[in-house]
Amino acid sequence: MRVPVDWLGDYVELPAGVTGARIAADLVRVGLEEEGLHGGDVTGPLVAGRVLEATPESQKNGKTINWCHVDVGPRLNAAHGSEAGIGIVCGAHNFAAGDLVAVILPGGVLPTPHGPMPISARKTYGHRSAGMICSARELGLGDDHEGIIVLDEHLGSVDHGLRPGDDLIPVLGLDREVVEVNVTPDRGYCFSVRGIAREYSHSTGAAFHDPAAAVKVADATTGGFAVELADDAPLRGTPGCDRFVARVVRGIDPAAPTPAWMATRLREAGMRPISLAVDVSNYVMLGLGQPTHAYDLATLTGPIVVRRARPGERLTTLDDVTRALHPEDLLITDGGAGEQGRVLGIAGVMGGASSEVSAATTDVLIEAAHFDPRTVARSSRRHRLSTEASKRFERGVDPALPAVAAQLMVDLLVELGGGTADPESTDTDIRTEGPTIALDTSLPGRYIGVDYSHERVVEVLELIGCEVEDPASGGSGRRPGLLRRAPERPGRLEDGAGTGHAVTVRPPSWRPDLQDGPDLVEEVARIDGYDAIPSIVPAAPGGRGLTHGQRVRRRVADVLAGQGLHEVLTYPFVGPDRFTELGLPAGDERRYAVRLANPLSDEAPLMRTQLLQTLPEALRRNIARGQRDVALYELGTITRPTRGAAAPVPGVGALPAPQTLAAIREAVPEQPWHVAMVAAGQVEHAGWWGPGHAVQAGDAVAWAQSLCDLLAVPVTRTMTERAPWHPGRCVQLALPDGDVVGWAGELHPKVVQALGLPERSVAAELDLEVLIRASDRRVLATPISTHPAATSDVALVVSRSVRFADLEASLRAGAGQLLESILLFDVYHGDQLAEDEQSLAFRMTFRAPDRTLRTEEVNAARDAAVARARADHGAVQR
Amino acid sequence: MSGPNSDYDPVEVAALDPEVVESNVQAALAAIAAATTLEELKAARIAHAGDRSPLALANREIGALPPSARAEAGKRAGQARGRVSAALAERQAVLEAERDERILREEALDLTLPPGRRPLGHRHPLTVTAERMADVMVGMGWEIAEGPEVEAEWFNFDALNFDLDHPARQMQDTFFVEPADAGLVLRTHTSPVQARALLERGAPLYVAVPGKTFRTDELDATHTPVFHQVEGLAVDEGLTMAHLKGTLDRLAEELFGKGLTTRLRPAFFPFTEPSAEMDLVCFVCRGEDPGCRTCGGTGWIEWGGCGMVNQNVLRACGIDPARYQGFAFGMGVERSLMFRNGIADMREMIEGDVRFNSQFGREI
Repeated sequence: MRVPVDWLGDYVELPAGVTGARIAADLVRVGLEEEGLHGGDVTGPLVAGRVLEATPESQKNGKTINWCHVDVGPRLNAAHGSEAGIGIVCGAHNFAAGDLVAVILPGGVLPTPHGPMPISARKTYGHRSAGMICSARELGLGDDHEGIIVLDEHLGSVDHGLRPGDDLIPVLGLDREVVEVNVTPDRGYCFSVRGIAREYSHSTGAAFHDPAAAVKVADATTGGFAVELADDAPLRGTPGCDRFVARVVRGIDPAAPTPAWMATRLREAGMRPISLAVDVSNYVMLGLGQPTHAYDLATLTGPIVVRRARPGERLTTLDDVTRALHPEDLLITDGGAGEQGRVLGIAGVMGGASSEVSAATTDVLIEAAHFDPRTVARSSRRHRLSTEASKRFERGVDPALPAVAAQLMVDLLVELGGGTADPESTDTDIRTEGPTIALDTSLPGRYIGVDYSHERVVEVLELIGCEVEDPASGGSGRRPGLLRRAPERPGRLEDGAGTGHAVTVRPPSWRPDLQDGPDLVEEVARIDGYDAIPSIVPAAPGGRGLTHGQRVRRRVADVLAGQGLHEVLTYPFVGPDRFTELGLPAGDERRYAVRLANPLSDEAPLMRTQLLQTLPEALRRNIARGQRDVALYELGTITRPTRGAAAPVPGVGALPAPQTLAAIREAVPEQPWHVAMVAAGQVEHAGWWGPGHAVQAGDAVAWAQSLCDLLAVPVTRTMTERAPWHPGRCVQLALPDGDVVGWAGELHPKVVQALGLPERSVAAELDLEVLIRASDRRVLATPISTHPAATSDVALVVSRSVRFADLEASLRAGAGQLLESILLFDVYHGDQLAEDEQSLAFRMTFRAPDRTLRTEEVNAARDAAVARARADHGAVQR
Repeated sequence: MSGPNSDYDPVEVAALDPEVVESNVQAALAAIAAATTLEELKAARIAHAGDRSPLALANREIGALPPSARAEAGKRAGQARGRVSAALAERQAVLEAERDERILREEALDLTLPPGRRPLGHRHPLTVTAERMADVMVGMGWEIAEGPEVEAEWFNFDALNFDLDHPARQMQDTFFVEPADAGLVLRTHTSPVQARALLERGAPLYVAVPGKTFRTDELDATHTPVFHQVEGLAVDEGLTMAHLKGTLDRLAEELFGKGLTTRLRPAFFPFTEPSAEMDLVCFVCRGEDPGCRTCGGTGWIEWGGCGMVNQNVLRACGIDPARYQGFAFGMGVERSLMFRNGIADMREMIEGDVRFNSQFGREI
């Protein structure tokens, strides 16, 4: 919300000379965050200039500039050019000779994001440019930088009467400041200068002058324009429209201009002046917060009926889009076009083109209504139409306002447009009175930790407009009971607790967000000031520290970093093309992924099903940036496909039934933690010590194995074929019970090529959940033997198709209990062996827990091991 | 060798003549002193203290003396040999020390040479920052909870009192899972874990939740569609907003150092009431530069949202709001890292450039 300071000053007393920054600081205390400060930072001379001549000139850099002669009035012409005018180079093309434009002359200063920019005469594009023709953005008047400001367009319907040389700073409102604040979704009433002024008064204590109170509202009459509220399908029991005020003004001069002061305020608030009727409507909305709509009376066929849409109904809205309406859409209709009537607009969202006020309109019907926030929110969302009106209605508009806003509009159209108001005034009003809240006045203290007195609580609530009925003090004034009473909301947390008095609070009409005790607590706390809240560290009962899984993930990350890998975090979004690049076969389970309805990029609409779908991109980026030797890892989740059933969405404020809750939990896909590694280049660098060592498949295996060793989880390694790895260079790691931990090895050459990675890049990916589960146990210690070890070396000749892991397993099985460890210390193929043979040399270490082994025992164990290897793999001892 | 001869006059044995002995001693001492290497000293030892040395030979002549003269001559010879061997030992020690020192000097290496055959890798500063935040919470007696990133819409919104038709739900820039009625989203905050933890564990409860979150923002210097939060939730009897402030002040102090000014500012979140934003005083200008581009001249930087848990959230989780109240917060990890380590551009955190990680070591 952009709040012009001088407008704010109409509704609340501002200290003399107050700055925008000071106002913003005061507003933030009560919850209106500063979004920006505008204005007050352009220094003149900034004057109106008449373009006498604009000559396009092509430049070497491909641009075309306009070399302009501009009349800036006799005095400035003489000072900066010749009597005929001054010369200015301008890059924009949205103007022509004869236009009146905004010219800043040497000595002036423009604000920029990088600080103030002083203007001077300078040589550019072969001319001496004596200033600058300004765009709206350059002057801080908006984001428009498509072209320069053409004053006749910019000032809209205003009869500005400007002549060359006239000072534009006051005309464009550049001497005026605008404070822009962020309005949170619970504070609909702050989308108005009235609401902001009230909050400023709460923050500073300055006197608030309610502009609504200053309007003399004509009493409702019969005989006005007929309005029927005919909502036969209210949402959740709330009528879509509970108040509709209709007024008629006739004989407005269609050519009557919007006064300059109003146009300036509208522009400052971020809206473009369009025509008197539209501008007045916007002015009332910005000032009071009540959206209104003006219909061309001549196009209406009474009565106005507010009802839900019927099947097949359509509406062409003011933005010239024809929309199919939904049965939940609340419509404003009239009696035109047959039995069904004619749709005039979607209530609270946008009007239709057919009843739009035009340049010929003299008689208007003014609508000021109150709509259910929910129905407006749904229609706005359904039709993707977020308008100034819908933004306000869905956040809640003061239902006491429609008659006031309509009256203000009538008054302004009579005064400024020369119209005459019909004496009748329709006010169809079926409102119920808002709820009251039972509050124990000790609740704010117990919630906030500040000792607010009963009197202070009541004072603050009354300050913000609540009526507080205090049985202990005999009650305070109440509004006359004209309206039907809604049932009192039951007291909640406040029941029976504390030492304060129980009071009954009726929130003001503009605060529909105040629903229960804690809502009132926030009001007390923020008006009293959050800065009064003390800082106390609560004493938690103490907990378990990190879980096993959390500790495992930290250690895994540390151990990989310790081995030279860098941790990265990649986005989890992938596309099906990536599955193909990775060589996943058709039907591979990893191709079944959760799909996003609204992905950031249509190329990556899926959630990754393995980390190696997204991690290699980080490797590629590093290589592209000139790194040669890169090893990366990522810990993250992958997403398995959804399980079919949709998750129920049972709504707010209540504990769902157990089976509903179970269905919600059940529908959430499995998302196990994985760790993946990928590397290219040298894993051991070349340097003064000699050559380096290029990363190879075995390094990926070593990293994977190190994580199993870290957690003391025994794994078996089995050669396997699996995408995206090289079919002959991929090992699967598995628990003894067969649960797969993951895979490691060299990436398939085609994958490397498709992903743009260096040749021979290696990778591994492990399921951390398997490792976490397998390591979540207590290791039971075995005593360390202090008896000496005995070693025995054997060299075994086996076929080259025999895998080390299998041969080792046989040796271990054959050697029995006395075997302590096996070390493979040599692998040989060559002349002394057949082509398809290899020799593996092992050192076996034996040790007994209770004695020194005898040579015969050691030899027997070794022979048994060799015999087993022979039996299993045809191994022959060399 | 001649046997004992009682008639023989000891004076006649020249080698035992005191002057001769003394001169041999002097010759030995001179040779020892002149030895500059262990080899020369060895030669001197052989020449002057070896079996064939004059002093050794003289010693042998003692037997030839009449018994009356043996004692004196023996004493003289023994003393002489003692002086020589003491000098030898002393010189040996000196020369060995010199040799040892020389060898150590010669073995010296240039250990300023770069050692990095296998340089260390580095953790990502974001995960380490999240761990640091979690550690602070654990230090205060809290536990660390987790939840899914692809989350049920009910947990992400309804359980947290985001009504389907409330503008706050539309403002969350949510990624939805297909099909449209799947009821699943990418969680827009770590807050759904509040509801999960309350449902699973009930009150009292003190949990922090570090995790990944998603919004449909385009990546730029200050936004990333995938970011991280650390959520906090405490539900117990008698908890107040003062406890919320105390907890966040402590977390801020541990992350950013003592003496940092914080403020709570009224705000709105559907799942807290009252609600607040916690701001940190601008780490660049300390609130003193109206032109500061980091804080936009306001002097404050938003750290995260917080507040007292909305009673509707407690109800949705089966907790009795008449007995328990609590507070919750969600602080941005990216923001915390930016404050703490002066990172201007968020893109550096997600590109995975190893040079980015390498700056931090394990500092953070």
